[in-house]
Amino acid sequence: MTALNYADIGDVVPTVTGEPAMASDANASGDLRIGKLDRRQFLKLTGLVGGGLMLSFTTPRALANAAALQPNGYIKIDATGILIYAKNPEIGQGVKTSLPMIVAEELDAAWEDVEVVQSSIDQSLYGAQFAGGSMSIPMNWDSLRRSGAAARAMLLEAGAKRWGVEPSSLSTRDSHVVHAASGRKLAYTELAAEAAVATVPDPRSLTLKKRDQFRLLGKRITGVDNDALVRGEPLFGIDQSLPGMKYAVYQKCPAIGGKVASANLDAVKAMPGVRDAFVLEGNGNAGELLPGVAIVADNTFSAIQAKRALKVEWDESDASKDSWSDAKAEAERLRKESGPEVVNTGDVDGAFASSARQASGFYTYHFVSHATLEPQNCTAWFKDGALELWAPTQTPAQGIGSAAKVVGISPSKVTLHQLRCGGGFGRRLYNDFTTEAAAIAKRAGVPIKLQWTREDDMAYDLYRAGGFHQMDGSVDDNGRITGWRDRFVTFTNDGRRPVSGGSLGPGVFPAGLVDNVRVEQTALPWKNRCAAWRAPGSNVFGFVVQSFLDELAHAAGRDSLEVLLEVLGEPRQMGRRGGGMHTGRAAGVVELAAREAGWGRELPDGHGMGVAFYYSHAGHIAEVAEVSVGDQKQVKVHKVTVAADVGPIVNLSGAENQMQGSVVDGLSTMTSLSVTFENGRVQQSNFDRYPMLRMPSTPEVAVHFVDSDYPPTGLGEPALPPLAPAICNAIFAASGHRIRTLPISEEGFSLA
Amino acid sequence: MDLKVNGELRSLGDVDPQTPLLWVLRDELGLVGTKFGCGISQCGACTVLVDGQSVKSCSYPISSVATAEVTTVEGLAGSDGELNAVQQAWVDLDVAQCGYCQAGQIMAAEALLRAKPNPGDDDIDQAMAANLCRCGTYIRIREAVKVAAATRRSAAEASDAAE
Ligand code: FES
Ligand code: FES
Repeated sequence: MTALNYADIGDVVPTVTGEPAMASDANASGDLRIGKLDRRQFLKLTGLVGGGLMLSFTTPRALANAAALQPNGYIKIDATGILIYAKNPEIGQGVKTSLPMIVAEELDAAWEDVEVVQSSIDQSLYGAQFAGGSMSIPMNWDSLRRSGAAARAMLLEAGAKRWGVEPSSLSTRDSHVVHAASGRKLAYTELAAEAAVATVPDPRSLTLKKRDQFRLLGKRITGVDNDALVRGEPLFGIDQSLPGMKYAVYQKCPAIGGKVASANLDAVKAMPGVRDAFVLEGNGNAGELLPGVAIVADNTFSAIQAKRALKVEWDESDASKDSWSDAKAEAERLRKESGPEVVNTGDVDGAFASSARQASGFYTYHFVSHATLEPQNCTAWFKDGALELWAPTQTPAQGIGSAAKVVGISPSKVTLHQLRCGGGFGRRLYNDFTTEAAAIAKRAGVPIKLQWTREDDMAYDLYRAGGFHQMDGSVDDNGRITGWRDRFVTFTNDGRRPVSGGSLGPGVFPAGLVDNVRVEQTALPWKNRCAAWRAPGSNVFGFVVQSFLDELAHAAGRDSLEVLLEVLGEPRQMGRRGGGMHTGRAAGVVELAAREAGWGRELPDGHGMGVAFYYSHAGHIAEVAEVSVGDQKQVKVHKVTVAADVGPIVNLSGAENQMQGSVVDGLSTMTSLSVTFENGRVQQSNFDRYPMLRMPSTPEVAVHFVDSDYPPTGLGEPALPPLAPAICNAIFAASGHRIRTLPISEEGFSLA
Repeated sequence: MDLKVNGELRSLGDVDPQTPLLWVLRDELGLVGTKFGCGISQCGACTVLVDGQSVKSCSYPISSVATAEVTTVEGLAGSDGELNAVQQAWVDLDVAQCGYCQAGQIMAAEALLRAKPNPGDDDIDQAMAANLCRCGTYIRIREAVKVAAATRRSAAEASDAAE
């Protein structure tokens, strides 16, 4: 397992290798590859036409190319205004607003004066540009702050020169340099040309603000795209349009791995509005280009009609035969046998033998889909040996690499414009749709927009894997947990490693917290691709371990909150080098959530409360749910209380939105969402059979943030894992029914 | 074929009359604010108004529109560009996460408030139940509908008082 050290996260970037580098949680293993950048960062200064200040941090790599200076970076100030560039993909996590806010804070720019622009993809200039692992904030926090502070220092120097005073006699406020002694002030825009030739400060010499000096961070700021959004202006990948553009669809084998044997291409080509139809062979990499039939048409409707009329004979000799019912039967068998050990501390068998009480349960969760509301799409134009892509992707650099490979050109000949993504959740870490668009565009010879239908999106996702856990545990005479065994059956795509998000590691709860812990892991072969899904691993392990902890508390006849706090124990740092869970911060949020929710108070008849904690993506989050359960197993969620210690809050509005959204997504997914497979085929084709939560079932969600000076983390993921166990523990408290299967609809439960 | 949309008469050329209104708006007229989510009336991302009633444009053939007046999210702001009450509430409350569902949500809210200027909580929940938000922004949508309703009511009272 690679430990992720969040203490100096500003210095690390994921290496760009074939598969997107995912930040993962303490409990995941294997998938994380972190490469260290040289600690030194350099400021690059570029004179702008007409005079102005432009600076950015560059890596030594970029500096080597500095002969080709381009006007690039985070900040551009000239006489007309202040621009701040947003470097990472916006997928709904709010980084197009929050990252520039960090720059503006240290720059001391008034937010109303700032115009935010999406940056180009240039990793030599910006470092890693991706949206994943809730990493945008922690990876960029330090460099964005220093970038803002450096510009501010140069503006101060310019002001000092202009007035002939000491820089130390000046201050800044709301996009102005101020000389308090004389009452003079000048706007940044007026000083920009002079600041452009000021001394570039050493980034390490800059003094950054303390949290109590923040004027912008921690406030509620509405998203920078909101005005355009509510006017329906083109923002998303799907909104892209080019002169002469045609509309493409792509049909792949319903069972992954099938190849085209024959197809009625001539009949399809004869259909109204259809320009072309052709077979693509695929490149052997299921994450890039699967074999299929492309149809190019004058508009989306003609393309979709033609796809419906398309008849393909598939060669399924190598195709998936994946079957959920077979996998489940195999897991039922395996749960009785011990498997390869991932963790083995103390003496679990001894603890079981000498226990006062034991508990056991077989936990199951289904596969689920990302189901971004914007189906995958990409616009591509291959012209004169170069490729241009307009893509809603979370990993633009990988998109460039795969596209270059499939059309046979150098990555330097590929330009990718990052467009707003209608949801990510991990789906768009994978660039199969951009690669398909590139391949189709090369053959089509005109700009094309590839549009997946919802049916394509459900059938060719990279799913959150299902899994099975045989849980056994013991308590002693004092009701203390003494032994814990987690026998996990997961899946593998490549026959070597478990799928992403389907692997337990040494950091899994409660390793290090309970004396005797054994975790075993067996992987079943699986062809349908599985990958990162919002809070990979944690989103399911949280359910299992925090539910089973509650089972043991009840077996001991003790209060669940008391047992959870006892297991967390003394305040201490669990991970190496300052990374990983801190039990003191964990207990802090557990106590805060319990207090705010009124844990232990008298509840109305039929109500129950459940508590759960989970640490993931550097976020410490506890949730308390209050539910009641009707006699037809209808669950009414009255309230969810969230307490979070995630470092300083950047944008309070966005932060609260992410927390509430994670609770709603968690509730939606645990209630009735599953993707099942038979004969290699996904059984759900559209939202009618994948019933996401709607407004009437949405509970009240109260969010409480701990004032924290720990390094900040992103909030797209960590609030999701504690939700399912908090609800399931509350259902048990209300009804005495222990949920061990997700979605709970499998056990006959629904939301009222 | 012609289409009345957002107060303008737009000519369509020879579009297949079976084409869903959604794709006519997006592909032929460049009105891409209206979104494609499912194509089968399940998500509401494609919600527009046809003669003031909310419809799922993905499942509404252009031939059925005939002479009716279509309003899309692009047609809500005033001619001076001023956001209407629903749009403004969405900005003020920072409702969106990814934002993809929000044009449909806004149109559903607009239809609700035209029919029921003073909706209760259950009215809001029921009217908005046809619109999915994958990001889970329902809590803010609920709030924004209430804020927009209040703004519209006070604007209506002000104009009544002026008469
Ligand atoms: S796209 Fe029309 S309801 Fe989903
Ligand atoms: S804001 Fe993303 S789907 Fe609603």
